[in-house]
Amino acid sequence: MLRMVKEKEAEIVEALREDLAKPELESFISEISMTRNACNLALKELKNWMKPEKVVYNSYCVVRRIFSYIVYFFSNGDVRIWHMFQAKTSLTTFPSSAEIVSEPLGVVLIISAWNYPFLLSLDPVIGAIAAGNAVVLKPSEIAPATSSLLARVVERYLDNSAIRVVEGAVPETSALLEQKWDKILYTGNGRVGRIVMAAAAKHLTPVVLELGGKSPVVVDPNVNLKVATRRIISGKWGCNNGQACIAADYIITTKTFAPKLIDALKSTLEEFFGKDPLESKEISRIVNSNHFARLTKLLDDEKVSGKIVLGGQRDKSRLKIAPTLLLDVPEDSLVMNEEIFGPLLPIVTVDNIKDSFSVIKSRTKPLAAYLFTNDKNFEKEFVTSISAGGMLINDTVLHLACPTLPFGGVGESGFGSYHGKFSFDAFSHKKAVLYRSFAGDASARYPPFTPKKQRLLKALLNGDLLGIILALFGWPRA
Amino acid sequence: MEAELKELRQTFESGKTRSAEWRKSQLKALLDLIHAHQQDMFDALNADLGKHHVESYRDEVGVLIKSLKYMLENLDQWTKGKKIRLPPVAFPGSAELVPEPLGLVLVISSWNLPMGLSLEPLIGAVAAGNVVVLKPSELAPASSSFLAKTLPMFLDSKAIKVVEGAADTAKELLEKKWDKIFFTGSQQVGRLVMTAAAKHLTPVTLELGGKCPAVVDTLTSSRDLKIAVKRILGSKFGSCCGQVCLAIDYLLVEEKFAPELIELLKTGIKKMFGEKPLETKSLARIVNEKHFSRLKSFLSDPKVEASVVYGGSLDEKTLYIEPTLLVNPPLDSCIMTEEVFGPLLPIITLNKIEDCVKFISSRPKPLALNVFTHNEALKQRMISETSSGCITFNDAIIQYLCDTIPFGGVGQSGFGRYHGKFSFDTFSHEKPVVRRTFIVEYWFRYPPWNDDKFALLKRALAFDLLGFILVMLGLRKE
Repeated sequence: MLRMVKEKEAEIVEALREDLAKPELESFISEISMTRNACNLALKELKNWMKPEKVVYNSYCVVRRIFSYIVYFFSNGDVRIWHMFQAKTSLTTFPSSAEIVSEPLGVVLIISAWNYPFLLSLDPVIGAIAAGNAVVLKPSEIAPATSSLLARVVERYLDNSAIRVVEGAVPETSALLEQKWDKILYTGNGRVGRIVMAAAAKHLTPVVLELGGKSPVVVDPNVNLKVATRRIISGKWGCNNGQACIAADYIITTKTFAPKLIDALKSTLEEFFGKDPLESKEISRIVNSNHFARLTKLLDDEKVSGKIVLGGQRDKSRLKIAPTLLLDVPEDSLVMNEEIFGPLLPIVTVDNIKDSFSVIKSRTKPLAAYLFTNDKNFEKEFVTSISAGGMLINDTVLHLACPTLPFGGVGESGFGSYHGKFSFDAFSHKKAVLYRSFAGDASARYPPFTPKKQRLLKALLNGDLLGIILALFGWPRA
Repeated sequence: MEAELKELRQTFESGKTRSAEWRKSQLKALLDLIHAHQQDMFDALNADLGKHHVESYRDEVGVLIKSLKYMLENLDQWTKGKKIRLPPVAFPGSAELVPEPLGLVLVISSWNLPMGLSLEPLIGAVAAGNVVVLKPSELAPASSSFLAKTLPMFLDSKAIKVVEGAADTAKELLEKKWDKIFFTGSQQVGRLVMTAAAKHLTPVTLELGGKCPAVVDTLTSSRDLKIAVKRILGSKFGSCCGQVCLAIDYLLVEEKFAPELIELLKTGIKKMFGEKPLETKSLARIVNEKHFSRLKSFLSDPKVEASVVYGGSLDEKTLYIEPTLLVNPPLDSCIMTEEVFGPLLPIITLNKIEDCVKFISSRPKPLALNVFTHNEALKQRMISETSSGCITFNDAIIQYLCDTIPFGGVGQSGFGRYHGKFSFDTFSHEKPVVRRTFIVEYWFRYPPWNDDKFALLKRALAFDLLGFILVMLGLRKE
């Protein structure tokens, strides 16, 4: 796959340009190099990931273990004292050792999305292969150039007896979902996520759902405005023109600070994308006319159309919408009640920045929550009281690029996570393996049951050494 | 029900359940409950299933005490979160994984270990800071009403509620929106639970069963063989009379070794349960008439009936079934295609013990696999060539007691896992939190794009530090 990405880089960039008019550099950063990094990491770490995990029991001290061994000796004989050092499980199951072995689940299905059609297809595939599964990938039909490129190159570069691409739209996906899979990873929206999970239920197939949600950006007035503004812009319009599951969906800031923030956004947007953003080559277009119509409907909502403070220009023929700022749109407007997934950015104002909590909490849990602040206490409060798939303080989107962090949602933004080792784990079954020996067999475990056995069991399960000894010698203990 | 769920949601929103004090106070209260009402628990289990109180202690009451103590001992460490290393792209920054409660969770438990399987997940849910509804099984009515009556006396009834009822209650509960559903039971109901959960995108853990085989290699040491026989009998007939998801379902043994093993099993049964096993107090009864007739129908198949070599007597009035051994019942008979879940133990003979690998891997993945052997090569083959929820060498069921290894199925035996820290994780969302500062700001992250920025990003993302510096100083062109 690494070779495939390297040799086909130009074709990948071309396909992404065709599907989304994605700027070359953006394609490179967010799709090609992310895929490559994921491959390299898996290659480097695979050996470690595959190693069985030794189970260490941390709470009982060695002395207690030695004593327990002696006790077992009295209960059934046969001393093999070295077992003592292997015993890493609890007193109750002593003497024994245990490990957790990662094994592949079997044949897995990956259904990916159109917004990052290359990365969101191959990133999970890397995890599935690393974990040792056979894979069927179904790329999104809404990004047709990338879909057909994937079908071609995967066939050429990867093992076709184990890894296949199935192209198609709804009927093909439905047919795939009727089959029995050992795991399904779906990236997309909550509506289809429900269909995927219901289909999986028929075969008791575990699923990972990578969905979206309205990811808020809270901006405290005390921040470095210039840096914050740049980071917000790159996390909105720099991410496929807002068509990303972790893109900033709306901003919350104070009434008094909002004008300053808007001014800063305006000037930085001009610096980034020029005076006429519809002509800019540095911004993706809207994926198709359906989504274009959906976004213009959000803008043409009569509650919203008067709230535009910047942008609003559109070009239907080229599927372009300019970066658009909306100030104080009503709570019940469409744009505040569905995931925007496009270049519109509403700004919600509150009297006190802490009121942002109730704004966020009144909605479903987002995939990401962003906070810009220099106030450590406020930051701490934000972390403990807001629930989100992931959280990033003083930046946007960057956490996606950290393979040491799990990437996934919570609540309406999905469940299950991947990236790095988490991808390997998502496609593995963690098999518990317990090794026991025939030494030290506690007769108390077996019927016929007697009062003495009960006392012994009680002491064993509680790790109560004195109790064990007393029970063995037949002294009752209150 | 609506009002009760609303109250639970309010309790969760208030943030009370997030505090470590609340979680610990509830776990301690549960410990108090068990200590104060131990006898009532024994009585309820005896009424529901005819369990001997020592068995009840070993499998349920004692295990709960152990789990509670383990939770209390480790909870502080788990709630602290984990520091995570970040790659250079996110420099300077820091990251951690913060566990947070999911919200309102539903625990649906089963009748075979009606206390253990209700409270063990509840302990995990409470430890993770959730509010919980527990729906115990209506097929163990005494235990169900004990839990409904006693739990509110000890635990915070604004956060933990017991809802009693049968299938329609469960159905009504499943229509509501939950943040997690934890189900223990059959595959058929598991499918219904997951389908219902899909409507609200609720993550589920399914603890199901399956036919758990035990492979018995030709053990040469008579002492080891004696212990193996005890462990087989103890975990087949000694735990709720085989009505346990982890119970051994059938034995796989080499043909020439079978007669010796069968003889030992016969004498072992006599020793454990006496000459008249239908009268012993050490054997639990079949839960109800429906399950009794299900087991009876297994035996009514003439070919299966002919394979009985020991036991086989049933008492319809008291619902007792004698420990029964069968040798080579037809592989297509119900007893070999369905989960036995009762005191019937089919013994399947193989030409060579190595044939067991193919036998097991050609059937649905079981919850547990038990292998009695000293053969290290066979152990390795069992681990890598078969798949199951867990493997235990030279013992059975005991893995249920280990807090440090995950308990859960794979494939048809379910998904998700619990016990110890895994319980805590099952009911938590691990939220990644990345912290950045405004101090260092890379200009090349933002548009307008040019070739210099492209070169820098390429190097930065490939973690090529030297190349990065060279490009930055203008000493290298791409």
